[in-house]
Amino acid sequence: MLSRTASDLYWMSRYMERAENTARLLDITYRMSLLPYRVLEAGQQWAEPWAVPLVITGLVSHYYERYPELSSDHVLRYMVLDPRNPSSIYSCLQAARESARSQRGAITAEMWESLNHTWLEVRPMDFAEVTNRGVHEFFDWVKMRSHLLRGVTFGTMLRDEAFLFHRLGTYMERADNTARLLDVKYHTLLPSASDVGGAVDYYQWSALLRSLSGFQAYRKIYRDAITPVRVAELLILRDDMPRSLHACMNFVYDILKQACDSTIQEPERLAGEIHAQLHYGRIEKIIAFGLHEYLTNFLGQIGTLSEEINEDFFTPAYA
Amino acid sequence: MSEARFFNEMHLPDGAIRQHYQPFADWLADTPPDRIAQKRAEADIVFHRVGITFAVYGEESGTERLIPFDIVPRIIPASEWLMLAQGLRQRVKTLNAFLHDIYHDQEILKAGIIPPEKVTGNAQYRPEMDGVTVPKGIYSHVSGVDVVRAGQGEYYVLEDNLRVPSGVSYMLENRKMMMRLFPELFSKQPVAPVDHYPDLLLETLRSVAPEGVSNPTVVLLTPGSYNSAYFEHTFLAQQMGIELVEGQDLFVRENTVYMRTTKGPRRVDVIYRRIDDDFIDPLAFRKDSMLGVPGLFAAYRAGKVTLANAIGTGVADDKSVYPYVPELIRFYLGEAPILNNVHTYLLAKPEDRDYVLAHLAELVVKEVHGSGGYGMLIGPTASAAQREEFRQRIIAAPEKYIAQPTLSLSACPTFVESGVAPRHVDLRPFVLSGRNVTLVPGGLTRVALREGSLVVNSSQGGGTKDTWVLES
Repeated sequence: MLSRTASDLYWMSRYMERAENTARLLDITYRMSLLPYRVLEAGQQWAEPWAVPLVITGLVSHYYERYPELSSDHVLRYMVLDPRNPSSIYSCLQAARESARSQRGAITAEMWESLNHTWLEVRPMDFAEVTNRGVHEFFDWVKMRSHLLRGVTFGTMLRDEAFLFHRLGTYMERADNTARLLDVKYHTLLPSASDVGGAVDYYQWSALLRSLSGFQAYRKIYRDAITPVRVAELLILRDDMPRSLHACMNFVYDILKQACDSTIQEPERLAGEIHAQLHYGRIEKIIAFGLHEYLTNFLGQIGTLSEEINEDFFTPAYA
Repeated sequence: MSEARFFNEMHLPDGAIRQHYQPFADWLADTPPDRIAQKRAEADIVFHRVGITFAVYGEESGTERLIPFDIVPRIIPASEWLMLAQGLRQRVKTLNAFLHDIYHDQEILKAGIIPPEKVTGNAQYRPEMDGVTVPKGIYSHVSGVDVVRAGQGEYYVLEDNLRVPSGVSYMLENRKMMMRLFPELFSKQPVAPVDHYPDLLLETLRSVAPEGVSNPTVVLLTPGSYNSAYFEHTFLAQQMGIELVEGQDLFVRENTVYMRTTKGPRRVDVIYRRIDDDFIDPLAFRKDSMLGVPGLFAAYRAGKVTLANAIGTGVADDKSVYPYVPELIRFYLGEAPILNNVHTYLLAKPEDRDYVLAHLAELVVKEVHGSGGYGMLIGPTASAAQREEFRQRIIAAPEKYIAQPTLSLSACPTFVESGVAPRHVDLRPFVLSGRNVTLVPGGLTRVALREGSLVVNSSQGGGTKDTWVLES
């Protein structure tokens, strides 16, 4: 398939996944902010709940150029419908739709209609309307549109190369997002690791799990109190947990094994290396190594893989 | 313009329904107005959601608009279509023969049928194509011929479009929409299907692959998503199952065209290009083109790739060549023309010019190289100031203009704000030339939505209708 098509499909699904992840994170942050607990530790402004969406998307300075201070209202405005923010939900849905429009021939009519419909609905929305109806309703809508696209994709798309690159985008974005979220949250959560059980900790941990649809999974698997080590294990190493790093890399590795051939091998090798670390990893070792260091290393590897995919598949140099 | 002055597609002069419209008229009378209103609204929603839109030049970039769709079909009886189809095939065969001739032996010039300055002196003539052999001698693989009815219902060819004619996707989508909204209508009358157009197109494109290529790779080359016809490009590529490429996706190495794929370079044999000649190769034509493929023209001349349509077809659909088409038919095919030409005054001729300047209020004046309804004067509806402006423009550069009598285009009942009223229509059938010359029964019917207006172009507020050719 055309390199440009592969690239557009990859980014189409990355943007849709990003919109969903942002909606999940903002939703849980908003709900947490309604609780009567102070969670801000001195000297950790960057880990304040409303800063987390900005830190994860690398938009802290971009945000402060436009808004004077950190507040729930401003962050929501900025992350939900602000077209000037390239990572706002609005911008992500627009970018996904534009990629789809360029590649209508490579995706099914139902996929295009689903994405186009989403865009036509979000385009006229204004922030006051969203808050009047309740932001939660909006976030649910974003998640449902993402679920719908995924369902339509699985239900209608030919299992060809286009499908592979579409799926690759989803899992690359998700792995990146889960790792960043865990890393940022880890810093606020770490000081409490020794005295798990307090209300603040409970809500903090459960909020993290909920934002990744992992709360019920945790209960089912561990049937016990929520502890940081188990949360880390669930989100990093459990491959039956769909948003964990291991699960994402299972897909990424599998997809790249199919997409690579005798001329292009490096993406598969890199993915295999990352996958092996997760597949054979032990949480005790990771904690001993340092969770932050581990995740930083993981994000670096994912970044390298992302560049390799771009060079080998999307912008091949020949002629 | 009074009711009696134009041919009404549905009604006889006494107001009775024409026979081929009777089943539709009965249905319309029996269907509650709110059901129709609801269905018309549904059509708008679906067209938006499916994204059947076109970009409008001169408006904010990325502006997408719907082309208004009217639910009253334009119906053509079987016998009329038979004549039309024969006439269209005859015309397109002739124009292809003409193109082959003028880029080779130029017999037509030697025979003195058409003055050389209309051909080799024409800005649309591409000297680069002299002596270039194209597969099967076909230049215009996809031809859109604009046909109107005037007077008592006689058909006239208004113009030939042999460069990159567009609109076929609307023909197909309009049919899909009608079948979705009013499936019951299709059980009342045998409407000839058009859905196989993409298959015919692909077959046509494959049949003109370079010599020796047995399983050709066909691609559609688009200028990109900001082009007004981008929807059509994606639609056709998808329907044919071929790659939709932009210039940046292709490259030329040793006179062979390749596309960049995830599995390395892949050879391309036939390019259905929707980019104008000027922009197709910055090395051969416009150097500032960002849309084209450097080296493409050299590969084309070497016979390593087929372009559809060929380079240089514009000379055959030029308005200054149009008046000679009936003579061309006699010359190349030895047949009498089946379809009428509209009488055309060439303003470079002194006697024609004198007549036109004296009768500006009755005539339509067109720029020879204009298209899309831009740069024309419709005498009867123009203001005195507009007529005067054109008079000056004609005097300054007469060779740039032609004039034709104002045809009282036929009208078809159409939904407008005040209800159903007649509005003027034209018809663009699409003729495919490859191993055979074929066309699907029908075409794109465009309708001028403003009362009395004769301009049907979508860029000028025109709408479209489904076109039904009856099978019996």
